[in-house]
Amino acid sequence: MRHLLSAADLTRDDAVLILDTAAELAAVTDRSVKKLPTLRGRTVVNLFFEDSTRTRISFELAAKRLSADVINFAAKGSSVSKGESLKDTALTLEAMGADAVVIRHGASGAPHRLATSGWIQGSVINAGDGTHEHPTQALLDAFTLRDHLKEAGGDLAGLRVAIVGDILHSRVARSNVLLLRTLGAEVVLVAPPTLMPFGVESWPCEVSYDIDDVLPGVDAVMMLRVQAERMKAAYFPSALEYSRMFGLDVARMSRLPEHAIVLHPGPMNRGMEISADVADSPRAVMVEQVANGVSVRMAVMYLLLGGRQEEI
Amino acid sequence: MTLVLRGVRPYGEDAVDIVIADGVIVELASPGTAEGEIVDADGLVALPGFVDLHAHLREPGREDAETVLTGSRAAALGGFTCVHAMANTSPVADTAGVVEQVWRLGQEAGLVDVRPVGAVTVGLEGERMAELGAMAQSAAAVRVFSDDGRCVHDAVLMRRALEYVKSFDGVVAQHAQEPRLTEGAQMNESELSGRLGLVGWPAVAEEAIIARDVLLAQHVDSRLHVCHLSTAGSVEVVRWAKARGVQVTAEVTPHHLVLTEDLVASYDPVYKVNPPLRTAEDVRALREALADGTIDIIATDHAPHPHEDKDCEWAAAAMGMLGLETAFGVAMETMVLPGLLSWRQLAQRMSVTPARIGGVRTQGHDLVPGAVANIAVVDPEATFVIDPTRLASKSRNTPYAGRELPGRVVHTIYAGVPTVLDGALA
Repeated sequence: MRHLLSAADLTRDDAVLILDTAAELAAVTDRSVKKLPTLRGRTVVNLFFEDSTRTRISFELAAKRLSADVINFAAKGSSVSKGESLKDTALTLEAMGADAVVIRHGASGAPHRLATSGWIQGSVINAGDGTHEHPTQALLDAFTLRDHLKEAGGDLAGLRVAIVGDILHSRVARSNVLLLRTLGAEVVLVAPPTLMPFGVESWPCEVSYDIDDVLPGVDAVMMLRVQAERMKAAYFPSALEYSRMFGLDVARMSRLPEHAIVLHPGPMNRGMEISADVADSPRAVMVEQVANGVSVRMAVMYLLLGGRQEEI
Repeated sequence: MTLVLRGVRPYGEDAVDIVIADGVIVELASPGTAEGEIVDADGLVALPGFVDLHAHLREPGREDAETVLTGSRAAALGGFTCVHAMANTSPVADTAGVVEQVWRLGQEAGLVDVRPVGAVTVGLEGERMAELGAMAQSAAAVRVFSDDGRCVHDAVLMRRALEYVKSFDGVVAQHAQEPRLTEGAQMNESELSGRLGLVGWPAVAEEAIIARDVLLAQHVDSRLHVCHLSTAGSVEVVRWAKARGVQVTAEVTPHHLVLTEDLVASYDPVYKVNPPLRTAEDVRALREALADGTIDIIATDHAPHPHEDKDCEWAAAAMGMLGLETAFGVAMETMVLPGLLSWRQLAQRMSVTPARIGGVRTQGHDLVPGAVANIAVVDPEATFVIDPTRLASKSRNTPYAGRELPGRVVHTIYAGVPTVLDGALA
């Protein structure tokens, strides 16, 4: 595999290998010297057309822990807003000898264009494109789920995961549906019908409009950020109504089975999709998700750029 | 001077010599008997020169994408003898001055009849009616009015335009797209758009406007033309309207007859077009509707764009694809070879009817003595592979690069004069 553009690119074995590699690399993080020489002399470019400090620093840290040279390229304004074109930016990075380009872009499919247009030779890692996909987020979510809910490692067979919120605009949801399914988990999407993608009934998952009905049967619930501005476009009547019908508060959390955990890709809207009490509860694993993000991204770069497992 | 198309088969029927003098067909003689300047057309099929009701020639304003001259060349090579040039130029063709400029550029190019389309509203803004009468009375004698690229979505304005153009037998050609339902739309709304994370352009946004417009046209007893109809539901609406006696005509583009939304999964903007590529079921319905006459004509929606506007990410790319040089090949592949249209029926849909809708009296004549000699001569046995770098258009945004199409245009005769001979500009 040369690029990671979509969670659909990964077979079950690919995904398990990434998770296993990430688990081994996570051990490095516990050492006093948190660094491996694996990617010494390789150049990783973080090409961010959208602001996302948390994703960028996660990739940056991951690359640095593998001893890669890291360049952060914050391309303010894509060609959509008449800045430099994606092509010219790509040609610039190619001339500088980038071995991997981690791209975050507001346009769905931009990483795909970068990988297939012939503009660059290096690997392309999708760090979130428009409302399309965010595969490394799905990998870190899978890693977190496995860590908490599966003792023997391997895949996620037998788990049931609810994803709740703005599915329509969520690249996290798209990648998670694909990856969790590949890993054998069942996924149920929960949102008002206005925030479901067109044609969702043919996705490999279940769909529900009733969070209270779904929670008792799941091993984990993933709450997605819902922007209050969505109500201006009539996706829902008010933030309060959304919160009342789909937000996770303590009362709702109590409907979950004892062992179930709460995930959120961040940044959270406390009081909107998730109450502060829930966000700060022991069942919420957001901080672990952040740590696991570094390990998973290390694993992805390591495997894409040709590292071998025995070097760890 | 007498020109002879030697041994040609009008509508694929018995071979004749078509004898042309002073721009007019003077005789259909027994093959091999006529004398004059001989153009070899042995066994080839003669059709009335194609008439495109919908093309973007980009001049004035976007001469980097196309000019009236380069667009005329592309048209002639595609077997066209008449092209309607859409109004969304810069400045917009919303005054007599601009339409006369485009018309004059067409005359100077001299390869096809360039018939300017006038904007319905000033600046295509959808707010005030443009001076339709002045454009109709100008040297360009505009008969087709369209805000193409934008929909005349204000129902009152649409009603008034439909009424107003009656006095000079004009027609409003509507780009049917409900604007609020298509804000930021990138592709057909479907399971695929949901998966690709691209904002959907739902079929209902087209169908709802067509439904409104056919009812308006009936109410005020006016002619309506529907541009680039793209969905099975739109076909149903038009079929219903025609059954009620509404004066509605409709066009379909070659690309909507052959390409489907699946191509968008590549995120290659060469497949980005408005209205968007739809599903295989839509394609089937469009072909059937073109065959049974519900859809009246093929129109190219030839939409040249400079390379940089397509060599980018999907959302940033311009909408539209080239069509003039490939329209006949696509029509032959999708309609003639499968037996959906005879040659005579194809001539209706690519020449006779578009000329009638556009009010172009010198075009769309049957191939009989006395007709103006606008003729496309095609080789149904030959095929050609589309090489974007070899197109006459100034732009390269063809969706058919590398694809083999049947039916090569061999000769084009415009008003009795060859514009294309042996597949090259004469």
